[in-house]
Amino acid sequence: MTLALQTFALARSFAVGRRLIGPPRARVHAVRPMSLQVRQGETLGVVGESGCGKSTLARMLVGLLPPSAGRIEIEGRQLDRADPAAFGRLIQYVFQDPVSSLNPRKTIRQILEAPLRHLHGLRGAALQDRTAGLLASVNLRDAFLTRYPHEFSGGQAQRIGIARALAADPRILILDEPVSALDVSVQAQVLNLLGDLKSRLGLTYVFISHDLAVVEAVSDRIAVLYFGALVESGPAERVFATPRHPYTRLLAASAPVVGRPLGGAQSGELPDPMNPPPGCAFAGRCPLATALCRQEAPVLRAIEGEQFAACHHPLAS
Amino acid sequence: MGGYILKRLVSAVPVLLGISLIVFVIMAMIPGDPATAILGSYATPENVERLNRYLGLDRPLWQQYLTWLGNLLQGDLGRSFALNRPVLDEVLERFSATLILAGTAFVLCALAGIVAGVVSAARQYGLADKAITFAVILGISVPSFFLGMMLILLFAVQLRWFPVSGMYAVWGGGGPGDLLHHLAMPALALSLVATGVIARLTRGAMLEVLRQDFIRTARAKGVPERRVIWGHALRVAMVSVIPVLGIQAGFVLSGAVYVEMVFQWPGVGRMLVEAILKRDILLVQGGVVFIAACYVAFNIAVDVAQGLLDPRIRT
Amino acid sequence: MRLFLRLLLRNRLAGFGAVVLAAIVVLALVTPLLPLHPPNATNTADRFLRPLSGAHLLGTDHLGRDLLSRLLWGTRLSLAVGFAAAVTAGLAGAAIGVVAGFFGGRTDNLTMRGIDMLMAFPYILLALAIVAVLGPGLMNALIAVAVVNIPFFARNIRGVTVGIAHREFIDAARLSGLGNAGILWSEVVPNVVPVVVIAMSTTIGWMILETAGLSFLGLGSQPPQADLGSMLGEARAALITAPHTSVVPGVMILLIVMSVNLLGDGIRDALDPRLRSGALARPMAATRVARRSVPPPSGEGLLRLDGLETQFHVGSRIFRAVNGVSLALNPGECLGLIGESGSGKSVTAMSVMGLVASPPGVITAGAVRLQGRDLIGAPYEVLRGLRGSKVAYVFQDPLSTLHPLYRIGDQLAEAIRAHAPVGRAEARARALRLLHDVRIPNPGDRADAFPHELSGGMRQRVGIAMALANDPDIIIADEPTTALDVTVQAQVLALLDDLRGSRGLAILFITHDFGVVSQLCDRVAVMYAGQVVEEGPTAEVLAAPAHPYTRRLIACVPELGAGRRALAAIPGLPPAVDDLPPGCAFAPRCDRATDACQSGEVAVSGSLHKVRCHHPEGRP
Repeated sequence: MTLALQTFALARSFAVGRRLIGPPRARVHAVRPMSLQVRQGETLGVVGESGCGKSTLARMLVGLLPPSAGRIEIEGRQLDRADPAAFGRLIQYVFQDPVSSLNPRKTIRQILEAPLRHLHGLRGAALQDRTAGLLASVNLRDAFLTRYPHEFSGGQAQRIGIARALAADPRILILDEPVSALDVSVQAQVLNLLGDLKSRLGLTYVFISHDLAVVEAVSDRIAVLYFGALVESGPAERVFATPRHPYTRLLAASAPVVGRPLGGAQSGELPDPMNPPPGCAFAGRCPLATALCRQEAPVLRAIEGEQFAACHHPLAS
Repeated sequence: MGGYILKRLVSAVPVLLGISLIVFVIMAMIPGDPATAILGSYATPENVERLNRYLGLDRPLWQQYLTWLGNLLQGDLGRSFALNRPVLDEVLERFSATLILAGTAFVLCALAGIVAGVVSAARQYGLADKAITFAVILGISVPSFFLGMMLILLFAVQLRWFPVSGMYAVWGGGGPGDLLHHLAMPALALSLVATGVIARLTRGAMLEVLRQDFIRTARAKGVPERRVIWGHALRVAMVSVIPVLGIQAGFVLSGAVYVEMVFQWPGVGRMLVEAILKRDILLVQGGVVFIAACYVAFNIAVDVAQGLLDPRIRT
Repeated sequence: MRLFLRLLLRNRLAGFGAVVLAAIVVLALVTPLLPLHPPNATNTADRFLRPLSGAHLLGTDHLGRDLLSRLLWGTRLSLAVGFAAAVTAGLAGAAIGVVAGFFGGRTDNLTMRGIDMLMAFPYILLALAIVAVLGPGLMNALIAVAVVNIPFFARNIRGVTVGIAHREFIDAARLSGLGNAGILWSEVVPNVVPVVVIAMSTTIGWMILETAGLSFLGLGSQPPQADLGSMLGEARAALITAPHTSVVPGVMILLIVMSVNLLGDGIRDALDPRLRSGALARPMAATRVARRSVPPPSGEGLLRLDGLETQFHVGSRIFRAVNGVSLALNPGECLGLIGESGSGKSVTAMSVMGLVASPPGVITAGAVRLQGRDLIGAPYEVLRGLRGSKVAYVFQDPLSTLHPLYRIGDQLAEAIRAHAPVGRAEARARALRLLHDVRIPNPGDRADAFPHELSGGMRQRVGIAMALANDPDIIIADEPTTALDVTVQAQVLALLDDLRGSRGLAILFITHDFGVVSQLCDRVAVMYAGQVVEEGPTAEVLAAPAHPYTRRLIACVPELGAGRRALAAIPGLPPAVDDLPPGCAFAPRCDRATDACQSGEVAVSGSLHKVRCHHPEGRP
């Protein structure tokens, strides 16, 4: 099976307290060296809570943010570092906030034409046809082309955002919390549209969200991030049903589910990113933690079949 | 907090150096050479050259700057040729007069402006708000020099309540009562514009703050409305008002130049204008550096006040 | 554009400014064509003539020159110079600000340090220094004023640009293949232009004043040429003997600057979208009430809402956010209020204690009864006495709902002292106890922390502690866990559930999450377009929803453990509450709707499990 997207020890740190000259006061590691594989035509769900590095990862994958270390390969080719135009034809991005991702002073036509002109050099009639086709593919009417973003609801704006990403004719879409800003009834419309487009255009998705249920509903495989690192990955139907990492278990138990009593009320919060603990970042909250966990950070390893976890004491199924 | 203050103080050093450099460069760009200005246009070339050498003007510019900076740090701002006395003495004397005028005006405009702004916001679209808004528009539109002249016509010439102009020596002379008597009109003329600006800004900041969630929280827990406005809301509004107080202090200082001209107030502003017209470069240079340094010091005080008020910026 | 002009002219003061300014500008433009005396023709025999004396309408000055003619020529000059200075400073400052703000990093840092350096001078010092270099003269005064004002524009525009440069549409443009220059030109500049226009229009008056000031000092226009400032400067010597020579140019400056300021404010307000939507209005201490009649109580309950209607009046549009809501909350009970955004669930909750922002909010009908006593229209002091003591709130985002500048211990103590006559020490002791009750570790240290120093979960615990401060009977929790991560949400929900048990609290819990409702609430009410469409015991409503909307909403929500699946979406959008359809608001999206649903009010049926539908589920 060919890989659509692969990262090799991809990492990113940010300087804190930058000075005019000389090195910064400290560095925060938003994404620790992370190796991911996304297969052709699959949906990889990425879940994690705030501060887990999922947005930083997404921005690196599309070339909006240069990595501090590691590299990215798309369909076996290594990409030039942080050149969004080179990335753009292969991999595109759908933003969380549909309204903020559309320039308020441009019409929908101008917004959709930009990638067609700049990435594919389309002009004239071909440009017209393609723009109209894009809008139709996200189930919006032609008449919307002359309107401005503020005239649209959140769900419609997100469809326009998707149409813009598709305009580049990419192989892969990075969906960064694409439905978090939407109400549930609209969320379902957008999720279904994304499913249709994927099978119709043969796309590969990386679907990032904090909502476990949504991720489970759309993904083939799921990766769980905690504190900038990949702690568990595996087939979608296994990861939350039989979690191997204690954090994944806490996450799954915390999600409110109809008909299940309140659960997962385990105390503790994220460590301070300015002052990270030496061993496993979850050790402070983990009921299974031992001295080993507090000294040595665990590496990701296969636990059973396709299920991987970064834990010294993985849970049994 | 101590660290924060120290950091502000340290950060002022490059600013002060920059200021001295800007002033020096600007003054060096003045056309014509000072020696000719001092000796008059009938001086012989030899005399001009000798004076130039005596003043160090034949050396490269950077050497001149370092010498000047070195003297500056020792409190030596040079000699005013027109007044034939040390620049520092003249500046200090004149500046104390300006400080009395501008300081009074500043306190006036800060107090009146903030109170008017809060009242105006608390009664948005009410009668008080409309009256204040109108007064503010009028206040920020009238030039202080014109206002000063009109005050003289009304209160000094027609009503004879206040003297037309001047002030006596700060210490001695007519005493504090007399000083206040002379101070009233110029201080009023000077503070009006800044009062308007501060009132309008405070109103805007208050309206912005009053819509925020924590105001609703305060109301939801039953805090009396008076305390919501003058405590919760004003405290946060001050975060955006205080930096403007710093900027307005600069405007008050600037406005002092006009008001000093109108009221014949023996301040540093009038001194500067006269020095420029007489091309007394060292006096201009010394005066500008001195005032700018004082203004930097004042802005550090503003920053510290800001830090005291807002824990989020004390890092 | 037409909207802009209409808004501008609706503002009477701005209209007045526009008319006065237009008149002055026209006069200045036609000055060369008017039959005036030459402005510089001296006639010492006729010096200091009073206004209305013979051939000189406004009199003459100290050299016997015609004041009217000099005034008009001076106005012409002052206007041109002020305008030129504003445009120069605005464009130069905007260019610096856009570049610094867009590229950021070192470029930004160095540029802005330079700008800060310039701003370290009181403006007139710099202007004086520049004039000292260039020599007195009107052109030099213009340059000085323009240069001195560049830092203000640069700073202002830089701030705006930084805000824009971090917006997502900039990233989107990058991914569309645009380079820096393209993004700067096509994405950033169009969004900055309105700000530059506003900044220019509000500072142009100030520029006119400043150039007039330099001329007044004798550093601007040189004789015989005169602008308004130098006219005033020359007249000063004769202020007492011939006041009219000062008054005439002075009043003209005042008129120009005032009309420019009025117009500038008008332009700013017309371009500010927040003003258009009424979002800059100051909310009053309690929501405005305008109801014709008081409905009779329709039953028992600790807290009872009867036919509550809350509307937002924005301009001529009326948004019916809450449209006849009746609910009851019993002692010790947890009632969930669920709905999508815009369904009116939060507004219902805020209406209880008159916390809906007003303007634009108005309570137009209904009653809210606390232990039988109607709170709608109660005097402010009564309402204030109950807020926090009988009915307390927990809000959504604990970062924005706690006061950013007070220590949390003080905020808690304040909540206590608002209702209980206790001293500072006692209030603090109680505050620490409250922090302990909501399981905050080290209450003594945490009490001295500011909200920004705490994590989101800790902040929300403080919010809950504050609600508990006066042992209320009811807590209204408005999406208290929506802003929190899921593991923290579980902690906070567990805390609320424990407190409810141990303190016998009644909770009105507003949420959009069925999972949360099922875990926490005894009963649930579902809202759609400002109405409660279904209400009943939680388990029953979730297992056998009676209203088509409830059923389909539940079907939309992916559920953990259900695996990969297609979701059943509801087509269409909820109706806009300023344009509600007649009949059932859900009818246009409903697959069970008939003609009867399209008109007339739909009545509520059922007693324990109520539903507002002609064709409820499970019945044909």
